Amino acid sequence: MAREKITGAMAVRRAFEAEGVEYLFGMPGGTILPLYDALFRCEKPKTILIRHEQVGGHAAEGFAHATGRVGVCMGTSGPGATNLVTAIADAYMDSVPLVAVTANVSRALIGTDAFQEADITGITMPITKHNWLVTGPQDIPRVMKEAFYIARTGRPGPVLVDIPKDVLTSEIDWDGYPESVDIPGYHPPVREEPRLKDAALLIRSASRPVIYLGGGIRSSNAHKEVFQFAELVGAPIVTTVHGKGAFPETNPQCLGMFGMHGSRYANYTVQNSDLIIALGARFDDRVTGKLATFAPEAKVVHLDIDPAEISKLVTATVPLVGDLKLLLPQLTAEVRRAFEKHGKPDIAAWWKRVEDWRTKHPLHYQQEGQKYLLPQYVVDRLWHKTGGKAIVTTGVGEHQMFAAQWWKTSEPRQFITSGGLGTMGFCLPSAIGAQLGRPGELVIGIDGDGSFQMTLQDLATAVDLELPIKIFVLNNLFLGMVRQWQELFYDHRFAETPLSDRPNLVKLADAYGCLGLRADTPEELDKVIDQALANSKGPTIVDVRVRRQEKVYPMVPAGAPLNDMIDAGGD
Amino acid sequence: MERTEERPNGATHTISLLVENKPGVLHRIAGLFSRRGYNIASLTVGPTEHEEYSRMTIVVRLSSKPVEQVVRQVQKLVPVVEVRELVAADLIERELLLVKIRTPERNHAELRALAETYEATIVDVSPDALVVEASGTAGKLDALEERLRAFGIQELCRSGRIALERGFKTLAPPNLK
Repeated sequence: MAREKITGAMAVRRAFEAEGVEYLFGMPGGTILPLYDALFRCEKPKTILIRHEQVGGHAAEGFAHATGRVGVCMGTSGPGATNLVTAIADAYMDSVPLVAVTANVSRALIGTDAFQEADITGITMPITKHNWLVTGPQDIPRVMKEAFYIARTGRPGPVLVDIPKDVLTSEIDWDGYPESVDIPGYHPPVREEPRLKDAALLIRSASRPVIYLGGGIRSSNAHKEVFQFAELVGAPIVTTVHGKGAFPETNPQCLGMFGMHGSRYANYTVQNSDLIIALGARFDDRVTGKLATFAPEAKVVHLDIDPAEISKLVTATVPLVGDLKLLLPQLTAEVRRAFEKHGKPDIAAWWKRVEDWRTKHPLHYQQEGQKYLLPQYVVDRLWHKTGGKAIVTTGVGEHQMFAAQWWKTSEPRQFITSGGLGTMGFCLPSAIGAQLGRPGELVIGIDGDGSFQMTLQDLATAVDLELPIKIFVLNNLFLGMVRQWQELFYDHRFAETPLSDRPNLVKLADAYGCLGLRADTPEELDKVIDQALANSKGPTIVDVRVRRQEKVYPMVPAGAPLNDMIDAGGD
Repeated sequence: MERTEERPNGATHTISLLVENKPGVLHRIAGLFSRRGYNIASLTVGPTEHEEYSRMTIVVRLSSKPVEQVVRQVQKLVPVVEVRELVAADLIERELLLVKIRTPERNHAELRALAETYEATIVDVSPDALVVEASGTAGKLDALEERLRAFGIQELCRSGRIALERGFKTLAPPNLK
């Protein structure tokens, strides 16, 4: 190819084009100006102007989660870059493929405490898979290629490319975008000698098996493979919040979420199992409860792409390292052989116990006779009125757990939430990204009043883009989850958790130029859901007033054994 | 003269890393150790036979976590090309010791004899001070240090450990083996 002289900024644009990037979520500023100039009026990728870089990061995450493609966000030097930090940390915890591109001050100014200078590669080192400070303009194509490659391969995650302003304006010889990478220290997926036979034998000899699905299923798009495996093994299935949708929750084989706010029957099933088959999961403290008492009789088959997750918290009896999509069908085949040879294990007695728990300890709420709307009812109503056919994004708090408990996810990439970092303010931004990624599909945000207020300025973005997202704010005028802990563990001392009834969300929606609605009763709720679903012109914000003291149950107190759950008492 | 190491706060392990010779790599590795709570007893870094790679030898003290966990976490860092725990029996390990001793000239002969026993050398002599240089295993240097204490240690400096495996085994990226 004939060499061509282009600017560093143009090289970044060409890298985006070569990677098929559709949207760039960001905001311009002093040092990133050359890049925005190179992207002026560009249709693909299209720049999306957000009002705060954190939102750009979360929107890119929402896009990535909803589509399975890499999300891209941008920020200028200094505060633009540091505003991205929360979103990058969020993507790191939840293994979301994210490329963040930041500009920095010119090379001669680096290290001089220049205006809007921040050592963003230093700052984001612990929360990225890798990051780069590009000091040689000629390195841009290679670094961009590596960045996208590392973000999406292996265990996906965020990367950051920091480019000084004068590198963006320098001329480089454009030789075309590299076709491959050569990174001596990065070779995913790592493969150890797969002990498929050992795993199959354990599965064959288990009498109380449980399948535990995590976010890894989504990362490797292994839903079909999981379904085939689960169908063969026939064991009860539990999921993490990121495992929602890995297997249809409407299928009775699935017991839904377990852990701190999982159902009693899901937690009892895990605690009493003699084999845990963990697929793409990492035994987070929010699902295991007290580690020392976690599933005391269970052996563990742990299949994950990240070898560092194996035996990090719970020792794997048989570790299987590799990409679920490739490795799980091999395991399924091996298990099938074992079943054919030795007969399929009879787990009917185990299922009977599970069903007993499910009948005796269902998730429950009772709206009837209540003066106020219950948040569980709101989620349940939404689910029924949409037939569950929507992409749900949430903020973080009680509403998130109500959504996780009551929104039965039947398809992959349908439940988008901040699980690992627990970032309030995630709902609206991720809804923006999800709606852009999947236009024409219904995107519903289930948010809380505290969470919503952390990023609400970007309603402007959603209105500008005419995105028909519907945000239901379960409004209890509290930082509800913290309030719940205060009520249960801090003797009702509600330090700084009551929120004032501000802003008026209906007026706020009006101020931003979108539809604002409010519901206080079940009748009003049905009406506003219909109105929201009918509004295709832009966002809808619904202020749903819910019972203020309602708590998320059951609950495993932090640090308690998984089967040591508390339930609603008089409150 | 080898001596078993004392392990008051958990076992120590020697981890050898081959890393890309690029800015910020030390920061990435040290940061990983600190945020995951792995206790670095010593760390050395220096050039290797290939200029694009550096070798790090990290002695880590672990009380509860298995060393495999550390190795796997370190392996995830992109600039880390190879990483392995070097097992004691298979290991040539060295540290360097420099000690300044302030002692009257009449003691010098005794010091020289002691140095000889430990294959140490006296590299600087002034009327009332001398500098001893020694290299060897941590155990040997501990012993020498203990003996020198009686003469009055003025200043002491010890390097971290460097180590190689015995035999033909190497810690090199496949394309360079």
